[in-house]
Amino acid sequence: MKSLEELKQLRDKVAKQVDMRLTKNGFRIAVGMGTCGISSGARPILNAFVEEVGKKNLDNAIVTQVGCIGKCVLEPMAEVFDATGGKTTYCKLTEEAVQRIIEEHIIGGNIVKEFEISSFE
Amino acid sequence: MTERTQILICGGTGCLSSKSDLIKAEFDKHLTELGIRNEVRLVLTGCFGLCEKGPVVVVYPDETFYAHVEIKDVKEICEEHIYKGRVVERKVVEGAIDEDKIKSLKELAFYEPQERIALRNCGVIDPLQIDEYIARDGYIALAEMLTEKTPQDVIDVIKESGLRGRGGGGFPTGLKWQFAANNDADQKYVICNADEGDPGAFMDRAILEGDPHAVIEAMALCGYAIGATEGYVYIRAEYPLAIERLKNAINQAKEYNLLGKNIFGSGFDFDIKLKYGAGAFVCGEETALIHSMEGHRGEPTTKPPFPAESGFWGKPTNVNNVETYANVPVIIREGVEWFRSIGTEKSPGTKVFSLAGKINNVGLIEVPMGTTLREVIYDIGGGIVGGKKFKAVQTGGPSGGCLTEEDLDTPIDFDTLVAKGSMMGSGGMIVLDEDDCIPAIAKFYLEFTQEESCGKCTPCRVGTRRLLELLENITEGKGDAFSLKELRRLSTVIKETSLCGLGQSAPNPVLSTLDKFEDEYVAHIKKKACPAHQCTDLIQVLIDPNECIGCTACKRVCPVDCITGDVKKVHSINQMDCTKCKACYDACKFDAIVIR
Repeated sequence: MKSLEELKQLRDKVAKQVDMRLTKNGFRIAVGMGTCGISSGARPILNAFVEEVGKKNLDNAIVTQVGCIGKCVLEPMAEVFDATGGKTTYCKLTEEAVQRIIEEHIIGGNIVKEFEISSFE
Repeated sequence: MTERTQILICGGTGCLSSKSDLIKAEFDKHLTELGIRNEVRLVLTGCFGLCEKGPVVVVYPDETFYAHVEIKDVKEICEEHIYKGRVVERKVVEGAIDEDKIKSLKELAFYEPQERIALRNCGVIDPLQIDEYIARDGYIALAEMLTEKTPQDVIDVIKESGLRGRGGGGFPTGLKWQFAANNDADQKYVICNADEGDPGAFMDRAILEGDPHAVIEAMALCGYAIGATEGYVYIRAEYPLAIERLKNAINQAKEYNLLGKNIFGSGFDFDIKLKYGAGAFVCGEETALIHSMEGHRGEPTTKPPFPAESGFWGKPTNVNNVETYANVPVIIREGVEWFRSIGTEKSPGTKVFSLAGKINNVGLIEVPMGTTLREVIYDIGGGIVGGKKFKAVQTGGPSGGCLTEEDLDTPIDFDTLVAKGSMMGSGGMIVLDEDDCIPAIAKFYLEFTQEESCGKCTPCRVGTRRLLELLENITEGKGDAFSLKELRRLSTVIKETSLCGLGQSAPNPVLSTLDKFEDEYVAHIKKKACPAHQCTDLIQVLIDPNECIGCTACKRVCPVDCITGDVKKVHSINQMDCTKCKACYDACKFDAIVIR
């Protein structure tokens, strides 16, 4: 370690490692990981969310998992909670849908109507 | 594969003694079996503070707090929570399940009122990895000061912050640094006092175990400020885990050249070594500590000369306590204004307390100065065990005094505690309930100080011995009309004539309890009775013939066979043989055993 710059570079590199442990205000993305969810492919969806959030360095979102959300026929599902507790439920997720939710909802602040539960009912 | 979950397992001394390292291994095993090991990071951290609920496991990012986790629970947590996202509710800490929502760690009643500065990384980072400390802005303060600021700038920041020594005295830290800086010498020393010796105090241990780099960074900053190139941590040998983690941290810091020669190319050299103490209470006093480090007996000498003038090997030396150092890097990074916005005018910042005794949440907490005792004991501490009545809290350990019901709403800081006849001390808080006998508690502390007295000065060596004898007499029912007067007189003499802080403060528990609970002393002396039913010489254990149904439960548990009586006939206790162990009292289901 020779300079402040070098130290800061190292800090930025390792910051992600502990980032998850610090409280964040913003979105909480909960992917349904009940047996129904897993069997319809929730695991790659969960990983896609985690990767997208990581790749885009989003500090306003955490990705977590919940059990069965209830409408098993529409799995894989995910719920997005905003800072005020408002909930949006997304259904029949694909990796492409994940990208759009991150881009449009988490970054842009607009609900992606196409995958929202009301479009399936 | 990107990591999606982190499981933090407490690796403080408390949880490790309940095998939390094996819990970590068990997590490793089950996650591997489930094929998701690479999605999860396992971290053994420092103390979370809620030692009562240990072993503690926290799952991120949802911050689910699991308490009393046993090896057999790990499989279920892995399969249900980590794999399927269903929280294992039966293991979630009490008070965290609120209707259908599970509260996160920071929303729990225990953590919510806390403000963590010295403990900011404890229970958050892996203390064995320097990178995790750096990820939390570690060593940035050192780098900035070494490359951009002068030593005097560092001292000025600490002075303006108003930081006061957390070891007990509350002396302004910046001023101490200034004295050491002002004395010219070819060599100066920085010492960290990690000789935590009060009964019931464990905050320094937790900091060293959970965030050793914070202390290393602060010592280097102090070295730069006062012009010292060598640092020593005086640590008691009974803290093997803290020693191991500190050694590891020093080696890592050396590898990164954060210790060693020419740190950050600034031309500043600094190195840290460990010195082990044998756990003598008096060595918390700085002159005694220095003598012990030099290989002499751990005995204090008169001040002046202060260590800042003539300390280790006769050179200017700065001695601060672990918790004081842990505050330093954060203050420098976040600034004076931020620090002064926390706590009170005269005592800015926070204080770490270890809660012990008859309190539900035994553990480690950090609150802003000015928090009231009520908040600490009831909101954070969860109240008194078994819903019993609060009697007093001893702050400042054997050097402090007790505070009672009427002091519950006093904001705690260095000065208010002194005004109330106690002191901050290093931050141990021992909570007493209605079952504790006050003269017996005073006796307990005197037994401690009397044994820990180094013997150098007569008032302390002989005085504490005589004081203890007086207390023994009182608790054995041998007190007389002069006992109280003599207790007060002798206490005052010891206080005024002892050489160092140990003797000067040893009578405090006696004086403050005499002040607040004189009636209990009087009951022991005049009525030969112990109102809390604790002093075995002053109580009788009897059987109430109206309640006894002759179930023989008491007879069976009596260790000295002094209970007689046939089945379904009233029993009786032979008073000559009874040792007053109260085993019968606990065994009786019919409230037939009476203690008088």
